[in-house]
Amino acid sequence: MTTTVPRPPAKVSFRDRLLRLAETVTTPLLPDDYLDLVAPLRAGAELRGRIVAVEPETADAATVVIRPGRGWRGHTPGQYVRLGVDVDGVRQWRAYSVTSPPGRPDRCITITVKAIPDGKVSNHLVRRVRAGTIVQLDQAQGDFVLPAAAPRQLLFVTAGSGVTPVMGMLRAGAHSDADVVLVHSAPRPEDVIFGAEVRELAARGVIRLVERHTEVEGLLGPDELADLVPDHLERQTWACGPVGLLDALQERWASHGAADRLHIERFRRSVAAVGEGGMVSFARSAVTVAADGATPILEAGEQAGVLMPSGCRMGICFGCVAPLRDGAVRDLRNGELTTAEPGDGVLIQTCVSAAAGPCDIEL
Amino acid sequence: MTAIQKKARNPIAHLSAEDIETLGKELDAIRDEVIASRGERDAAYIRRVIKTQRSLEISSRAVLLFSLFPPAWLVGTAGLTVAKILENMEIGHNVLHGQWDWMRDPKIHSTVWEWDHVSPAAQWKHSHNELHHTYTNVLGKDNDLGYGIMRVDEDQRWHPAHLGQPFYNFVNACFFEYGIAAYDLELGHNLKNGRHKAPEFRKRARAVGRKIRRQVLKDYVVHPLLSGPSFLSTLAATFTANLLRNLWSHSVIMCGHFPQGVETFEKTSIEGETRGEWYLRQMLGSGNISGSKLMHIMTGNLSFQIEHHLFPDLPSNRYQEIAPKVRDLFDRYGLTYTTGSLPRQVASAWWKVIRLSLPNRREAGPVQDRPIDGGPAEAPVPALAGSPA
Repeated sequence: MTTTVPRPPAKVSFRDRLLRLAETVTTPLLPDDYLDLVAPLRAGAELRGRIVAVEPETADAATVVIRPGRGWRGHTPGQYVRLGVDVDGVRQWRAYSVTSPPGRPDRCITITVKAIPDGKVSNHLVRRVRAGTIVQLDQAQGDFVLPAAAPRQLLFVTAGSGVTPVMGMLRAGAHSDADVVLVHSAPRPEDVIFGAEVRELAARGVIRLVERHTEVEGLLGPDELADLVPDHLERQTWACGPVGLLDALQERWASHGAADRLHIERFRRSVAAVGEGGMVSFARSAVTVAADGATPILEAGEQAGVLMPSGCRMGICFGCVAPLRDGAVRDLRNGELTTAEPGDGVLIQTCVSAAAGPCDIEL
Repeated sequence: MTAIQKKARNPIAHLSAEDIETLGKELDAIRDEVIASRGERDAAYIRRVIKTQRSLEISSRAVLLFSLFPPAWLVGTAGLTVAKILENMEIGHNVLHGQWDWMRDPKIHSTVWEWDHVSPAAQWKHSHNELHHTYTNVLGKDNDLGYGIMRVDEDQRWHPAHLGQPFYNFVNACFFEYGIAAYDLELGHNLKNGRHKAPEFRKRARAVGRKIRRQVLKDYVVHPLLSGPSFLSTLAATFTANLLRNLWSHSVIMCGHFPQGVETFEKTSIEGETRGEWYLRQMLGSGNISGSKLMHIMTGNLSFQIEHHLFPDLPSNRYQEIAPKVRDLFDRYGLTYTTGSLPRQVASAWWKVIRLSLPNRREAGPVQDRPIDGGPAEAPVPALAGSPA
């Protein structure tokens, strides 16, 4: 949009010259602003996708089929994609695991979303969004993936929508020459996302499936794994689900000296500490707000109308990083204090940092 | 007009401090209601306007490639004029006010937006959003009162140079965007005080220079060149479009604060001003334009200047919706809602510019808030009357 962005004076290619010429035609807009009107998914555009279909999975989960723009570089099974969608007119960004195998013939990818109570974005995607909607995308990222040389013995421990990255791996053939066990928890049989598909894999004997219906049998205790999957500590394990489950698994694996065989993916940040709160000023936007010690700076800024870069909102993707020019913030995950003196510009993750006294953010 | 504090019949004398605070609370409630209901419909509105504007601009410019043919010249010039007006008024002005920042769309945000205007967005935002909207119609504080070159209030001191102001105003109208750029730079003030050599000023002046260069290059060099044999006719077309856009925006903006009925305020009156008093000043310091829906869009909804001044950061499509409620407040609190058709308001504003190019008439005598002690109460002074010299 803006034409005041300084350009590096490095060597100027023919394409760059052409682009500059085009800019003199369109200024103060950029040629892209006009191209976006007709071809939002073209190569060279900011990465976007078009929703092709929304397919219900369970009563409160649905798979969203998205055709990404030409710039999409593909994904590795288990990775997530950041998606920006307008809900009630406001751009919201969330991260979702890709559930489709790489290289679908129609070039589409799928994400599978479970509507959580009061979840602004999840409810919108499951119940309201229509085919044809353009969404913003980022390239796939995340290291919750199988190694290149897939281990022979695999264990997946999942709960609720935690099955989504694992489904991405199974659909890509994670079980093709490995012994795979999937332990999955859901409240009731009909709440199991991809229930029919995993049961069919189990019926064909390609994976072993242990379903846990927590409404009847209660939450899965990690100790129970000893009975359910006796060799679980020998297996390379990928786990995804609620914070409580993951924390318990981590503890068990660590106490048995097998921490290096457990790989986990968290969907929510676990809050371990709160900051002291304070006045947060966003220098470039000329906005100052009072933020309490439990509110991430990202949310405080968004509520005040500051254009905040954002991403996963759980401290893993670094999409929200901004320089802290002065002041102190506390990491909500571990209580760690980060301070900056004027001129420092310490990069902080605004989604997991809360004010610990007055602070000055360069946004 | 005369500063409200000097008027014989002070139009707010009947309001107690309590009334003014209640009025403020009622206005806050209107604002809260709009903010709570901002959503998909509003986002769709601004995106539709932006899409329409861009499509119109690009197709008009395409038609102008063949501007040697008179019908193409006419259609292209008309389309480009409308596109430029939409871009400055309903889109640029309002986006730069932050009216659409709540959408969190980095493409439509006040911090990144640049407009088809020679004043860089950053400088305009400072002089307009921070100064004019805060000090609306306060004599000596709000430079929009005559833009520092004209006398538009009896309480501004007359100088023989003001004799020429109908002419300056006309020239300013034709080249309004340059006038605004100079105004945002506080060019006259800085030249007079010798501050034009200060690095800060030079930096801003360079930014304006760059913006002017890009704008002129686009409208008067690149597009005419692209038109080949139609070079001169395209040049004439873009010049005409800019001229008409300037005349239009100048007229709309004059209607906002200059017509008869709009009040001005003394500098001392805003010391310790409460939220309610600030609202009241905005209510009395602005005037609306009545007209059709299309006219409202073409003015960037500045035809709802009163509503805009009360709530500068609410989405522009909502001003029309809240106008009846705001008007009802004027009625209930016994205040005058200044409004009129575009020709009437433009004529009223121009009449003021012409009338005040001459010194104040003296026959009205001293204007007082109260009758002189001991003497008989004076007859109310007509609104046009001047203040003591």
